[in-house]
Amino acid sequence: MSNRRINWYKYAAPANFYPRAGKIIPFFAVPAVILFIVGMYVGFFVAPTDFQQGESYRILFIHVPAAWMGMFLYVMLAIYAGIGWAFNARLASMMAQAIAPTGAIFTFISLVTGSLWGRPAWGVWWVWDARLTSTLILMFLYIGFISLQSSIDDVRRADRAGAVLALVGVINVPIIYFSVQWWNSLHQGATISKNSFKMAPSMAAAMFLLLGACWLYSIAVVLVRLRYIIREREQEAPWLAEVAA
Amino acid sequence: MLEAINVTCVRGTRRLFKDLNFAVARGELIELRGPNGSGKTSLLRILCGLATPAAGDVLWDGTNIRSLGEEYSASVAYLGHQNAVKDELTAIENLRISSGVAGHALDKGEAQRVLAQVGLTQQQNLPARVLSAGQRRRLAMTRLLTANATLWILDEVLTSLDQAAMGLSRDFMTEHLKNGGAAIVATHQDLNLTASSVKRLQLS
Amino acid sequence: MFSWLVWRDLILAWRRRADVLATVFFFIIVTSLFPLGIGPERETLKTIAPGVVWVAALLASMLSLGRIFGNDYQDGTLEQLVLTPQPTYLVVLAKVLAHWIVSELPLVVIAPVLGLQFGLSENSLVIVIASLLLGTPVLSVIGSIGAALTLGLRAANVLVALLVLPLYIPVLIFGSGAVQASLTGASPQAWLLLLAATLVVSLVFAPWATSAALKISVE
Repeated sequence: MSNRRINWYKYAAPANFYPRAGKIIPFFAVPAVILFIVGMYVGFFVAPTDFQQGESYRILFIHVPAAWMGMFLYVMLAIYAGIGWAFNARLASMMAQAIAPTGAIFTFISLVTGSLWGRPAWGVWWVWDARLTSTLILMFLYIGFISLQSSIDDVRRADRAGAVLALVGVINVPIIYFSVQWWNSLHQGATISKNSFKMAPSMAAAMFLLLGACWLYSIAVVLVRLRYIIREREQEAPWLAEVAA
Repeated sequence: MLEAINVTCVRGTRRLFKDLNFAVARGELIELRGPNGSGKTSLLRILCGLATPAAGDVLWDGTNIRSLGEEYSASVAYLGHQNAVKDELTAIENLRISSGVAGHALDKGEAQRVLAQVGLTQQQNLPARVLSAGQRRRLAMTRLLTANATLWILDEVLTSLDQAAMGLSRDFMTEHLKNGGAAIVATHQDLNLTASSVKRLQLS
Repeated sequence: MFSWLVWRDLILAWRRRADVLATVFFFIIVTSLFPLGIGPERETLKTIAPGVVWVAALLASMLSLGRIFGNDYQDGTLEQLVLTPQPTYLVVLAKVLAHWIVSELPLVVIAPVLGLQFGLSENSLVIVIASLLLGTPVLSVIGSIGAALTLGLRAANVLVALLVLPLYIPVLIFGSGAVQASLTGASPQAWLLLLAATLVVSLVFAPWATSAALKISVE
C-alpha cells in the first residue's frame, strides 16, 4: 500500500512544481545577470595586469568557473538521474535531462576559453594537457548522454537508460582523470599549472563573482528547461490545462 | 495464486488501462481479450515481470513479484509474439540448448520425445531457418512442456498454427490445468476449452 | 546454465563465422593503413605501433558489440534469457565471455603478426599479446553496457561508439603504455598491473550495469 502513496506523490509532484518553478526563476535569473556584470567589470577593469601573462590571463575568469560548472553539473546530473531511476521519481529524471545541455555548454565554453588562453601562453591552440584532455572526455560523456536520450522515443526508457549511462560515466570520471594524468606525466606533456600565479584580492573576487553568476544562471536556465520538459511530457495531464487557463 | 491489484499501464503518453484487478488460481485459465492496441501484450509482459506497471502491484502467493525476482521466474513460462527460436540451430539443438540455458537440461532421448509430442520428429535435424511459421511456433511450444512452470503466460498462442496444432495446444493447456497449473492467454480466437474453468478478461 | 549459454553462442558464431572473420579483417586492414598514410620509416612506425594496434583493436571490438545482444533481441531470445531463473548478471557474464572468445581472442592472436609489420621486437610482441589479453576482456564487458543500452535504437552502431569509446580511454592508455614502455626498454609491469586491476574492477561492476540496461531495453 505504501507503494501507492509514493505513486501518488510522483503524480502530483510535477503539477505542484510547475507553477512554483515559474515563480522562483526570476530570483535566480536577476542576481545572475547582476553578478555577471559586476564580475566582468571587476575582472576586466579592476583586477591588475598579471606580470607574467599580461592581459590574456583574464580569460581564466570565464574559463575556471565554466570548467568547475561543467564537472559539477555532470555529478548533479548523475545524482538526479540515479534518484529518478531508483525511486521512480519522474521529476528527478526530468531534472537530469534539463541539466545535460547546460553542463555540456559550460564544458564547451571551458574548452574554447582554455584553447584561447593557451594560444598566447603555450603558442599553440591545443595542448594535450591533462586537464584539457579530461575536459574533452567529459564533453564526450555529455554528448553520449544527450544523444542516447534523444534517440530513445519512449520517455521512461530514455530516463532509465540515461541514468545507467550517467552512473557508469560518473564512476569512470575519476578513473579516466587518473589515467589521463598518468599518461600525461609519462609523456612529459605540457602540464602548466593554471593556478600558479599569485591572485590579487580583486582577481579572486572577480573569479568568485563569476562563479556565483554561473551557478545562478545554471539554476535559472535549468528550471526554465525543466518547465518546458514538464509541459512536453504532461501534455495530456488535466492540471496543465488548469495552469494554462 | 497470481493476483493483480490496481495495475495501470502507460505507454508513452497513452494510458492503456487503469486499476485492473483480477486473480488466477490453480487450475484456472484467464482468456485475455481486446482489440489491437488495447494493451494485451503489455499486460502479459507486466505479469511475467519483464515490464513494470506505472502503478499497482502483481502478487505471487501474496508476495510482490518484484521482490521475488528469479524465484518467480522459475514458476513462469512465457511465450511471446516472438518464438525465441535460433535460425542457425536445428530443431533439436534449439530445444536442448534453450532448456539447458533455462536450467533443466534434456538428454537426446528426452528431447526427441518432446519433439514427437509437438509433431516435429521428422524435422528434428533441420535448421530452424527452413521450418515453416507454424513449425517454429510448435518448436516454441516445447518450452512450455519442458519448463515445468506453474503459470503459463501465452501471447497469441494459436497464431499461424494449423487445425492439428491448435488441437494440440488446447490439449496441452487442458492437461496443464488438470495438473494444477494456471494460464493467462491473450487471444483473438476462441480457445474452446471444455473441461476447465475459464475466466474471461476484456480490455477495451 | 552458464556453460550452456556460452556453448550456444560459440556454436552460433561458428555457423556465422563470416561475421567474425570480418572483424578480424577490419583489424588487419586498419593497422595496415597507417604505414601507407604515414610512410615506411622504421623509426616512425615503431613509435606509433602501440597506439595503432590498440586503437585498431578498440575500433574492431566496437564493431562487434552489436552482436552481443542484437540477434537475441530481435528473435525474442533475450526476453527468455532475462526470464531465466538465474540472475541476469550471470547471463551477461556468459554472453560477454562468449563474445570475448569469438570476437576479441582472434585479435589477440593476429596482433603479433601485425606488430611485425611495424618492426616490433619479440620482446615487445610478447607485451602486445599480454596487454591485449588483459585489456580486451575489459573492452567486451564495458562495451556490453553500451550494447545493452542501445538495443533496438535507430543508428545504434554509431551511438554505441559515442557511449563506449570515452569509457575505453583508460584501457587504451594502459595498454598502449605497456607496449610503449617495452619499446623504450622500461618495465611494462606497472601498466600491466593497472590493466589487470581495471579488468578485475570492470568484471565485478560492469555486468551489473549491463543487466540493469538489458532489463530497461527489453521492457
